[in-house]
Amino acid sequence: MSFLRTEALSRSFGGLAAVAGVDLSVEPGEIRAIIGPNGAGKTTLVSLISGRVPPSSGRIEFDGDDITALKPWERVLRGIVYTFQITSIFRNLTLAENVMLAAQRAASRDQPLWRGLDDRAVTQAVDAALERVGLASRAQELAGELAYGHQRLLEVAMGLALRPKLLILDEPTQGLSEQEIADFCALVRSIAMDATILLIEHNMDVVMALAQRITVMNNGALLAEGTPDQIMNHAEVQRAYLGT
Amino acid sequence: MEGTVTAFVLALTALGLSLVFGVMRIVNVAHGEFFMLGAVLAWGFTALIPELPFWGFMLALLAAPVCVAAIAVIADALVLRRLNYEPEATIVATIGLLYILQQSVLTLYGPNAQPVVAPISFRVVLPWFGYSGYKLVVIGAAALLLIGVWYAITRTKFGLVMRATQFDRETAQAFGVPVKLVYAAVFALGAALAAIAGVLVVPLQQAHYLMGLDPLLLSFIVVIIGGLDSLKGTVVAAFIIGLSDGIISMFFSPTLAKIIATLAVALVLVWRPQGLFGARAR
Amino acid sequence: MTGRARVWVLHGGVILLLFLLQFVLPDYHHTNVARIMVLATYAIGYNLLIGYTGLLSLGHAMFFATGLYGAGLPIYYFGLHPVAGFLLGALLALVLAFVVGLIVLRTSGVAFMIVTMMFAQAFFLATLYFNGVTRGDEGLVLAAEARRFGFLGLDLDLAEPATRYNMALSLFTGALLICLALVRSPLGRVMIAIRENEERTRMLGYNARDYKLLALSLSGLLSGAAGAAYVLLFAYMGSSFAAIQYSILPLLWVLLGGIGTVIGPLIGTALMFYLIDKTSEVMQSYLIVVGAVLVALVLFFPKGLAGTLRQRYARWLP
Repeated sequence: MSFLRTEALSRSFGGLAAVAGVDLSVEPGEIRAIIGPNGAGKTTLVSLISGRVPPSSGRIEFDGDDITALKPWERVLRGIVYTFQITSIFRNLTLAENVMLAAQRAASRDQPLWRGLDDRAVTQAVDAALERVGLASRAQELAGELAYGHQRLLEVAMGLALRPKLLILDEPTQGLSEQEIADFCALVRSIAMDATILLIEHNMDVVMALAQRITVMNNGALLAEGTPDQIMNHAEVQRAYLGT
Repeated sequence: MEGTVTAFVLALTALGLSLVFGVMRIVNVAHGEFFMLGAVLAWGFTALIPELPFWGFMLALLAAPVCVAAIAVIADALVLRRLNYEPEATIVATIGLLYILQQSVLTLYGPNAQPVVAPISFRVVLPWFGYSGYKLVVIGAAALLLIGVWYAITRTKFGLVMRATQFDRETAQAFGVPVKLVYAAVFALGAALAAIAGVLVVPLQQAHYLMGLDPLLLSFIVVIIGGLDSLKGTVVAAFIIGLSDGIISMFFSPTLAKIIATLAVALVLVWRPQGLFGARAR
Repeated sequence: MTGRARVWVLHGGVILLLFLLQFVLPDYHHTNVARIMVLATYAIGYNLLIGYTGLLSLGHAMFFATGLYGAGLPIYYFGLHPVAGFLLGALLALVLAFVVGLIVLRTSGVAFMIVTMMFAQAFFLATLYFNGVTRGDEGLVLAAEARRFGFLGLDLDLAEPATRYNMALSLFTGALLICLALVRSPLGRVMIAIRENEERTRMLGYNARDYKLLALSLSGLLSGAAGAAYVLLFAYMGSSFAAIQYSILPLLWVLLGGIGTVIGPLIGTALMFYLIDKTSEVMQSYLIVVGAVLVALVLFFPKGLAGTLRQRYARWLP
């Protein structure tokens, strides 16, 4: 039984198929990278999984349940967490407030918000999440004032505070320095101890360092899937990437 | 026949609102005040030469829309452009504009309604009923204008530039379309259409500083029913509303008719924002 | 001082100041300030929606007027107890806001503004249509006996200036405290998040529609409570309170005082009240200041007084 499974999942925009008949299956605890050229449909695929975009056809199964019809916020409550490719933080709020919104949601998962929260536990969760991405010292700064790469780390902290079972990272290392990328890889490995990770990434070094399995997409369809070694030596993948 | 006059005047007014929304993507809440200004200015211009009512009215028909268009250009330059046409801020600003125009007219013109003599006074006498010839003039003039605007939009270079701006402001700008100028011109044109409607109506209905509210609400209704984006829909809807106004009022009290119409239109905007006649879904 | 202490000192100080004012104000201003406190309650209700949830309604007069008529008509016709009337008016406004919210929250932005305006216009026309009950523009005046009542062992007469003032102050204090507590709570945080970035809020696991509906309902409740208090304290109800102008006034008050601030609505209401009052003494077309201030605020001062203060000097201001 797979942890996440899509069946013939498709989505077209105005007649143009962005994702066409994708059967994806991810095991629990896995770090799965999704790679492919620009416009291959990677972001659309994870948007379908997170519920931001409704599918044209097909099914999605998560943790044993059919979640195709669930709204995006219901999927978040089940543990599917998406961090945006185009940074989407609350620019006019502080870092702490940004993460607080995620942490209080995780703390009130099974009850309405007005039933009261354990304030101290929420605050601790906020501190912990900011600590893990290395932004703890800047908790009281406005999120909009962060450098681009750090805004992306804040996105990850918000994702962490939601206590995900499946964390979708959409090009998380864009705008980070060498050292920050190395720290980030360590962070992802530690997250993977208790969550499954879907990673969209262009930086092949990061992909090779992190992924246990790699899925290659091209033109909205799955082109290949396998271990990093298999993918590196895959003829079709090389053709898609190198255009030969 | 009464309904036909209403329909044509309403079509002119609503077309102005629809053009402004279509091209500039803003809702002009002060649109009814342009209508009112047209009517009040018509009174002012005809009062200049009371001994020549026909020529006084002709003067008003030319000069009032020009004055109102000028006011619109000023409002665009001083207020709307500075807000970068941000939709919500623009609505708030045009609400302010509504009060400014209406209360200025109250100051300068006073609270009383003033009549304007129709430029012609012949009656068309048909076997079964007699009819004021002026109403035929209104219908004729409005029809000519509607055709003129339609021609200008679909067949002239200005229309092309306008549609290009409507379609995609950034791209139009990149291709050298003077977007600022187009916006100012469209806003002025929209205001002038309302003003002409006001001038045409004033011999039938007297000029008053509060007369802008009803045409504003009716134009909203028309534009929403016709589709926020569709000029053809606007004209069709104006005729349906204008002609049905009298019919509905026969069955219900006018107030009840207005309540039902207002609620119905609000629901149209909620469930079919592209209008009942707009073809394009968005 | 910590941020939290500052907040309580500031808002407690404002309440205390309003309480003490009643002993020094001359009669004319005594009545005015009582009226301002009731209208500021309306503005606080409006601000919950526009300032903290980011929804710009142009139809709040229907909630204010529902409170007004919901309290006033049963008292006028059936001699309902004023306290029961107040609760009924506020409750009806809450119900109306909830039901209207189910429909209008399918829209957003400009469409939301127009749809709320049209609902309010229909409500206004209905107050004219039922002229036989409401007396339309002419309105109804509550009899003096209807405003004398016993409550919790007290004999109260709402025509008595001191009673009226302190009732208005209690209402305002209640609204201020509710607003203050709400916007600093987890719930308020979600409302602000929706204002800042609705899509992101949804992807953090919040059903944004439900939170907007809650904010609109609360906003309607406070607006209705203000309307109900208005008819009780000032004895008059008429269609003009349902007209579009009473939807635009709270927008003006909140924009002037500072959108999305707890104290802003009071500042804006008081300033605008006196500005309109003074202008109406010198000219017939005094409503021109409404237009002029609206345009000036949007153009040059979008954050309003308290908002600018927060931005420049006091980041802690809630």
